[in-house]
Amino acid sequence: MTAVTADVVVIGGGLHGCSAALNMARRGLSVVVIEKDFVGRHASSANAGGVRTLGRDPREITLSLASLDLWHQIESIVGSDCGFQASGQLRLAETPEALARLQRRVDMLTSQGFDHEEIIGADEVYDILPGLRPGCVGGLICRRDGSANPLATMQAYRAVVLAAGVDLHEGIAATGATRSGGTWTVTTSAGAFEAPVIVNCAGAWADRVAAWIGDMVPVTAVAPCAMITSRMPPSLGPVVSTESRPLSLKQFENGTVLISGSLRGVADRNTNVAAIKLAPFAARAATVLELFPAMQGAQAVRFWAGIEAATPDGSPIIGPSAAAEGAFHAFGFNGHGFELGPGCGAVIAELVTTGSTNMPIAGLEVDRFEADPGVADGARRDPIEQGVDHAAST
Amino acid sequence: MSGETIDLAVVGAGPAGMAAAATAADLGLDVRLLDEQPWPGGQIHRGVDRLAGPKTTDDPDRAAGRALLHALRQSKADYRPRTCVWHVGPGDDGVFELGLRCDGAVALLRARHVLLATGSVERAMPIPGWTLPGVMTAGAAQSMLKASGLCPEGPIVMAGSGPLLYLCADQLAAVGADIRALLDTTPRGRYFRALRDLPAALRAPAVLRRGLGLLRAPARRGIPVHRHVEAVEAVGDLGVTGVRWRRGGRWDQTDCDHLLLHQGVQPHINLPRLAGCAMEWDDVQHCWKPETDDWGRSTVPGCWVAGDGAGIAGGEAASDFGRLAALGVAADLGALTREEAGRRATSHNRALAPLLAVRPFLDNLYRPDRAFMLPADGTLACRCEEMTAGDIRKAVADGCHAIEAVKQYTRCGMGACQGRMCGSTVPEVIADARGVPVSAVGTYSQRTPVKPLPLTELAKLDTVLNPPSTETAA
Ligand SMILES: Cc1cc2nc3c(=O)[nH]c(=O)nc-3n(C[C@H](O)[C@H](O)[C@H](O)COP(=O)(O)OP(=O)(O)OC[C@H]3O[C@@H](n4cnc5c(N)ncnc54)[C@H](O)[C@@H]3O)c2cc1C
Repeated sequence: MTAVTADVVVIGGGLHGCSAALNMARRGLSVVVIEKDFVGRHASSANAGGVRTLGRDPREITLSLASLDLWHQIESIVGSDCGFQASGQLRLAETPEALARLQRRVDMLTSQGFDHEEIIGADEVYDILPGLRPGCVGGLICRRDGSANPLATMQAYRAVVLAAGVDLHEGIAATGATRSGGTWTVTTSAGAFEAPVIVNCAGAWADRVAAWIGDMVPVTAVAPCAMITSRMPPSLGPVVSTESRPLSLKQFENGTVLISGSLRGVADRNTNVAAIKLAPFAARAATVLELFPAMQGAQAVRFWAGIEAATPDGSPIIGPSAAAEGAFHAFGFNGHGFELGPGCGAVIAELVTTGSTNMPIAGLEVDRFEADPGVADGARRDPIEQGVDHAAST
Repeated sequence: MSGETIDLAVVGAGPAGMAAAATAADLGLDVRLLDEQPWPGGQIHRGVDRLAGPKTTDDPDRAAGRALLHALRQSKADYRPRTCVWHVGPGDDGVFELGLRCDGAVALLRARHVLLATGSVERAMPIPGWTLPGVMTAGAAQSMLKASGLCPEGPIVMAGSGPLLYLCADQLAAVGADIRALLDTTPRGRYFRALRDLPAALRAPAVLRRGLGLLRAPARRGIPVHRHVEAVEAVGDLGVTGVRWRRGGRWDQTDCDHLLLHQGVQPHINLPRLAGCAMEWDDVQHCWKPETDDWGRSTVPGCWVAGDGAGIAGGEAASDFGRLAALGVAADLGALTREEAGRRATSHNRALAPLLAVRPFLDNLYRPDRAFMLPADGTLACRCEEMTAGDIRKAVADGCHAIEAVKQYTRCGMGACQGRMCGSTVPEVIADARGVPVSAVGTYSQRTPVKPLPLTELAKLDTVLNPPSTETAA
């Protein structure tokens, strides 16, 4: 069998693989996407749909803001609004101490020249969330943030990628990649693919692909979870999280409410199975009822878990390989890569076609864990970031 | 973490579950029998402990039900009615964790072994108009009758195929139901095909005799029976007002207030699927069932399946399958030697032989007809998400081949019922659209909770798991 040839082979058909492929095809490259299951089978459809720049690690902020701009014009990019609503993301301060922590974060951001996160007082919090139980002292808001519908998003990306002429192969797993004479050969369960460039968007499996390229990354597969409730009367407020405990809550257009926030199950990436654990679901339900008494009538309809890649420092790996020419990575999104999808794909396409990008992605290099053993054992991050991470996951 | 770990949790108090619980408890195991209904008996013996029940041709069932109930009451099995099992999964230390709710309280139960004896569910029969008020399954009408003696008022039409349709017709007629017509959709060719299996079935003459009696019962009660009906439609705007059907190419119709549909039963596999049991396709019964060995052992260690939930074989066989599983569990836990278990199994297997011999005949005769499982484009396939068969065909045309892909694309199976209603229809439409056998399409995955759980109750589980500290400052 002769190999299929293209300008680029993308491994992984999640949001990041599709977004990279779309941007590269629109820049005139011939692109193959190889997806072992089907487009959006994993994290990109299982996620909570949070489009959040709020609380990002400073290394991701500029990229996430650029991506947010793209979400605001998503219909012109993929031909569907993807259920995107710019309803905002609001992190509640339930105590003065929590509010002080949020204020310190805003001060830090201001010193770096960012003004997208804004402290609001209790009055405005209750204007926005009339159903919130009394006692909150304020909050941190990103007004342009919001949420989208992951299923609609992946449906739109799949259609537009095909329309852009991308050669999409679903149900085929890449099994290896080697480079010789400037050409990568990607072997798969159904023949070989050749291209001068490969892009690794293999999600929770991406460390394996990275290893073929020669980049060793300490990635673990984690299982972020979420639950959805029965349809509730619409409130269509912002996505809500709290500073002092894990929670993320949002209502979709159809009235169902999605509850998540640092819910973790158990992932087995060899079998594609992600199992839930009951205890954190119960705890989140208790928090929701405490904060929003009107949720008393809700029924929990479905719990689920997805498989996602986590890195030791909680930030993704985006950029060229450190080990080989013509290879690029975009993975390790730690439960908050949905928002980054449109923007990251544009950056990868820019890197592939021009060899560089103006987007600041310093600090997201693939080899950063080798250089800093302290980072590799997970001892880092200031308390502000730890607090922020509660909701960061979903 | 709360509480004790029991030896065996049995889910479902039908014949399989009752027999298993009593047998296992008699062997000294610490057994709990859980069922969401307020009374024991399951579907077939529903209300066995209460109502005198309709006087019908199924009297032998009631005697069997009473015997099972007696054995259960004599045993030390801890029977918990009104208890819904909404989760089963691996706990932390190699035991199973079951999520329960009862009378507004939630609890977690830890068990070394789980026996899932959740019986069967009726297949959907998605004819035009099947979602109109006044249309329900024959089994649902039967449940109401057995549970509370209630029978639909006004003129009734029954349509579909399978022994249960005739049984329900007979039971309803016995309490005075006004059944205007019984539309039997069993295709003509089925009778010839089934004849091949008749000699084997003759090993169970009692079953055949009873079946024949049932087939004749509606006519004896004066119900017009129309055989080989080719198409059925429910008519009405706000509710069903009549039924149209085609037979020999000719349409006919009659008015009615209720249309009771039935297209056979299939194993109720939501809990086995949630537990991770591997499934196999039964081509004759046209359904998925958990893969089990002769004892009912599934592919998940410690998880057992018995009764109709493991493959349709009827109530009488279910109790023997339940006993076999109990013996298997007892042997695994060391309460019984393997030799003793094997010796005791012999009598159950002997009792099962004729009951199983009759299956190929019945299964071939009543093999569901594709015509009644494939809704037309404009007909709803998934009620919760309001998706028509046409929407599903469009998803397939747009490139979704795997059932999970169609689910993500259309949200079918993601609603409150999690595919209980559309779980047989949607794969059928996908298979048809793709031109592959339905077995190649697979089944929906199942998520916790298998039935919607009030958020307030889920929150109480938090208190169960993390009891508020009662320590006072020292
Ligand atoms: C429950 C949950 C909630 C979340 N909530 C949010 C949120 O609210 N907001 C947010 O921004 N993010 C959220 N996330 C994170 C977000 O979903 C992910 O960061 C993002 O979807 C990652 O996209 P991806 O394309 O990298 O990965 P994936 O979607 O997992 O795609 C990777 C693909 O690569 C394929 N693949 C792997 N190996 C191979 C191979 N060898 N050959 C071929 N194909 C291969 C896989 O099959 C997979 O389809 C959440 C995640 C989960 C699980």
